[in-house]
Amino acid sequence: MEAALRMGVIIMSFFYLCFRLPSALAISSSSVGNGEYGFTINGRVKISGTSSQGLGLPAKISNVKVVLNGGQRVTFLQPDGYFSFHNVRAGTHLIEVDAIGYFFSPVRVDVSARHPGKVQAALTENRRGLSELVLEPLREEHYYEIREPFSIMSVVKSPMGLMLGFMVIVMFLMPKLVENMDTEEMRRAQDEMRNQGVPSFANLLSGSQRSN
Amino acid sequence: MAMAIRARVLLLFAVFFSFSYLTFSLYQDQVSLMDWHQQYIGKVKHAVFHTQKAGRKRVVVSTEENVIASLDLRHGEIFWRHVLGANDTIDEIDIAIGKYVITLSSGGNILRAWNLPDGQMVWESILPGSTASRSILSIPTNLRVGKDDLIFVYGSGNLYAFSSIDGEVLWKKDLASEGIDVQQLIHPHGSNTVYALGFIGSLHFGTFEINVKNGELLKHDKVAFSGGFCGDISFLKSDIAVALDSTRSVLVTIQFKEGEISFQQAHISDIVPDSSGVAAILPSKLTEMVAVKVKKSIIFIKLTNEGKFVVMEKVDHTAIVSASLSISESEQSVALIQRRDSKIQLTVKLVSDWSSNLIKETIEMDCQRGLAHKIFLNNYIRTDRSSGFRALIVMEDHSLILVQQGKIVWSREDGLASITDVTTSELPVEKDGVSVAKVEHSLFEWLKGHVLKLKGTLMLATPDDVAAIQRLRLQSSEKNKMTRDHNGFRKLIIVLTRAGKLFALHTGDGRIVWSVLLNSLRKSETCEAPNVLKLQQWQVPHHHAMDENPSIFVLGRCGPSIDAPGVYSIVDAYTGKELNSLGPFHSISQVIPLPYTDTKEQRLHLLIDAEWRAHLYPRSSEALAIFQRELGNTYWYSVEADNGILRGHAAKENCVLQVPDEYCFDTRDLWSIVFPSESEKIIGTATRKLNEVVHTQAKLLADQDVMYKYISKNLLFVVTVAPKAAGDIGSVTPDESWLVVYLVDTITGRILHRMTHYGSQGPVHVVFSENWVVYHYFNLRAHRYEMSVIEIYDQSRADNKDVLKLILGKHNLTSPISSYSRPEAVTKQQSYFFTHSVKTIATTSTAKGITSKQLLIGTVGDQVLALDKRFLDPRRTLNPTQAEKEEGIIPLTDSLPVIPQSYITHALKVEGLRGIVTVPAKLESTTLVFAHGVDLFFIRLAPSKTYDSLTEDFSYALLLLTIVALVVAIFVTWILSERKELQEKWR
Repeated sequence: MEAALRMGVIIMSFFYLCFRLPSALAISSSSVGNGEYGFTINGRVKISGTSSQGLGLPAKISNVKVVLNGGQRVTFLQPDGYFSFHNVRAGTHLIEVDAIGYFFSPVRVDVSARHPGKVQAALTENRRGLSELVLEPLREEHYYEIREPFSIMSVVKSPMGLMLGFMVIVMFLMPKLVENMDTEEMRRAQDEMRNQGVPSFANLLSGSQRSN
Repeated sequence: MAMAIRARVLLLFAVFFSFSYLTFSLYQDQVSLMDWHQQYIGKVKHAVFHTQKAGRKRVVVSTEENVIASLDLRHGEIFWRHVLGANDTIDEIDIAIGKYVITLSSGGNILRAWNLPDGQMVWESILPGSTASRSILSIPTNLRVGKDDLIFVYGSGNLYAFSSIDGEVLWKKDLASEGIDVQQLIHPHGSNTVYALGFIGSLHFGTFEINVKNGELLKHDKVAFSGGFCGDISFLKSDIAVALDSTRSVLVTIQFKEGEISFQQAHISDIVPDSSGVAAILPSKLTEMVAVKVKKSIIFIKLTNEGKFVVMEKVDHTAIVSASLSISESEQSVALIQRRDSKIQLTVKLVSDWSSNLIKETIEMDCQRGLAHKIFLNNYIRTDRSSGFRALIVMEDHSLILVQQGKIVWSREDGLASITDVTTSELPVEKDGVSVAKVEHSLFEWLKGHVLKLKGTLMLATPDDVAAIQRLRLQSSEKNKMTRDHNGFRKLIIVLTRAGKLFALHTGDGRIVWSVLLNSLRKSETCEAPNVLKLQQWQVPHHHAMDENPSIFVLGRCGPSIDAPGVYSIVDAYTGKELNSLGPFHSISQVIPLPYTDTKEQRLHLLIDAEWRAHLYPRSSEALAIFQRELGNTYWYSVEADNGILRGHAAKENCVLQVPDEYCFDTRDLWSIVFPSESEKIIGTATRKLNEVVHTQAKLLADQDVMYKYISKNLLFVVTVAPKAAGDIGSVTPDESWLVVYLVDTITGRILHRMTHYGSQGPVHVVFSENWVVYHYFNLRAHRYEMSVIEIYDQSRADNKDVLKLILGKHNLTSPISSYSRPEAVTKQQSYFFTHSVKTIATTSTAKGITSKQLLIGTVGDQVLALDKRFLDPRRTLNPTQAEKEEGIIPLTDSLPVIPQSYITHALKVEGLRGIVTVPAKLESTTLVFAHGVDLFFIRLAPSKTYDSLTEDFSYALLLLTIVALVVAIFVTWILSERKELQEKWR
């Protein structure tokens, strides 16, 4: 993208319309006079980067809108990103950029009747002043969750994975725990079990089959 | 069994895990699974065809919704589209130098050029001026790329010449100061002069001859006509016009040759023998002839070379005529549309040879589309070198139809771009005998589908697989069936459009189930300018759900003013049949659905007329008996925003009329609140939704304390601003603007809460639900938008704090609550910054009101943002205690977060967003959201995730796999255990 052009809030005399030429700009900004049609806010939207991933579509400059004072006026961008609002009263205004896939901070613009041509613009989100009305997105917006690539952890963390993990623990770690027990104690316990006739796992299963 | 229980427990765990997420979020492959999006443009005003060159054939249209769009002429799809600002009405469109679309908008104040292939704006020029005048755009047809090619625009009383390449103003000529009301610009081919023709006063006709190169006035001329002009004029050729005189009975031929103006007059009654009365010239752009409307017919009159008027044809006044289209250098053709019962007849004729038809086609047309309103004609060369015609027809219901060779090639339902009201209806109950859900074709297919889904979730799917998954999901016809479902996801969205047409859309895929153009809301003898008003649910059968259909109450009025007579229709919600209609009757200023239904489950409604009389509907003795019984309990309020007065009303005895009407009741004023007009102006009010369900009145705090929500259906939220600050942002300084909010009880008129925001101004967008109000406004001091929340609690019951009793349901909550008991209401309030401008705010609503709420914010970018209500909680503090954190209180921040993943419209836009409607599904976790504007968008939303059902992408295959693995494991352990036992025994 070419270098940002100096643009700002410029008094507009009626004849000034070819604002895209820097030379014309210089002339018009020096021509002071309270235009009977109010003032003109000229600015530029700069979106660098070709496309944004996660959005699916490349950002189209033709679909970008610039909104003055919450919908009082709506304008569109020229191919080089410039926009202008004509016939604006002196006062403090708010400019918002509506571009899908990008987050723009609204901009507070002071149009001063006393100091014509003076740029007074600030981002309202972070109170950063702008020396020229060049609006850049603060960040890209991704509207979709990114699917995490396949990982073993995601399977393990899923309910089924947890269930399997629990089974594995029961199957392999529990016998280990039993092994670590004192052999004496173990035998005693086993004897006890045999005496009481506590069914083993195998008995349990075969028993239930039989009952069926 | 134990395993199943364990699985369930684990599932519950999973649900709790998902609770911790705050945002709504969607994976890209889930798009259009739970949502649909439809794009419209609105009623077409102008259309320009671009079919000369090879390649894509298109038509560029401008609409009443301020949309400019390029449509594919083959299928009617949108190539590109722009929605201009709300005040930026499009006056004229045209195509210049074969590649630019030129639009003149805002009353002739803004001229823009758009690139034809992709819709990129190329340049924009402004025509300053405030004189109201006609806007005329004149583009010479032979424009080629070159600096000398000009676009002439007349707007705001000035004539401009623009360069078509960069929109530079070459010269400007003030014509309004000359007193001329320009009607036409004429730039003869290759000539160096442009003529501006028009009326000067009501007596003169003037011509201005202007040099094309520099805008110099070469010559001007004005000639008086003694009869005066009424303003209707039609230009037949470049040097002849026909106007109507001030009595509207004489046709005046105006000739201007070489700057000389001459008049000739002819009485219409002389031209057309059996006609008398007031005539009007139709504003269609015809050449060599003029269309005059007299009484109930349109007469086509041709001017012969000798200057004589000849009547060519007389047709019915409902006929529509196109602009003339030149098909060769000397031949002009005109299309005519006439309605013939359920068909329309399209005739294309040559102006030079009116008796024969180039085309005479009758086309079968759905009678729900009404009459034709506009026609645009275009021709093409057939393979046998003869000319064929295609016609773009705009119908009464705002739909757009392309007709070619006697057939409808495509049609667009663009009436849906101007929805005025929305309601919903349940679908029919599935009856016995009707086949239940389609049985899965085979187990193998089913398994294959789930394996594919599993691959999708595990990120192993190839692009082909992804496409297959999408197809499978869309095919799952379950969501598109025409019967009621268990979860309540399938419903009918019934919308009323500005054209007076009612549509029923299916929530599954957004298709139109039925549509009906209501006769009571159509233009007729008795109802000249019908306006649609409101939709209400009339009858919602629960007891007789099997054999009675729900119905919808549609209200309208015959004219824009509040005292215009009203009309209504009752429409069957399943079939779209008009069951009953009445009108015009008394005026309608307010519609009040009462909380009573009769034995047929018809809801009682009160319609308040402009004279403050209440009329009861339905008009049945049973309804009357119910109402008489509840007469003392019926209250309502009215807001007079212009006078700054709120009033409370109640019904009294029957009205005293000349014709006794037992359904009419006089009313009495109970209370009124008058706001001081010098300091406060009402800019907005809000109440709770009538059908909102609140789960609990008590709010349990972390420290075992209880707060009682002040829940009343009769609370009204009112916002006023300083009268100076009622305009746009930037018009006032912070010192002279303030915003005052009130909470008013509408039964007693008691003000429960009042609060002033100094240095703030509107517009204010409000949502009111349960015991809280959230509103959005502009803070001039910080120069940022702010959102505030007010929560109201009932202090008088604060001492009833026995939690145990409350849980056991033994609490004395059932004691009657009366507005007259003056409860002590306590409010809590907090404000936060919010980044964007807002177009509308709504809140989610669920069946039982248990699920936590989300705010749905329609932003200036036409997206809908879901914001958890927890962010707007007045109990937020900078450092919440551990107990408060457990309760779910978020640490206080100065601004509300805008998380891109919580845009429920994801990467889509609902262009021209106007309203968001939420409807609860039967499943408690789920709510259905319908956003409408120029576009329509529908989504099924679960504000706290679907904690009561498995998600759509739940992997059954993985579940099956786990079960199989578990069974295998059981057998392996069994075998191992048996073997071990054997070893033990051998030992």
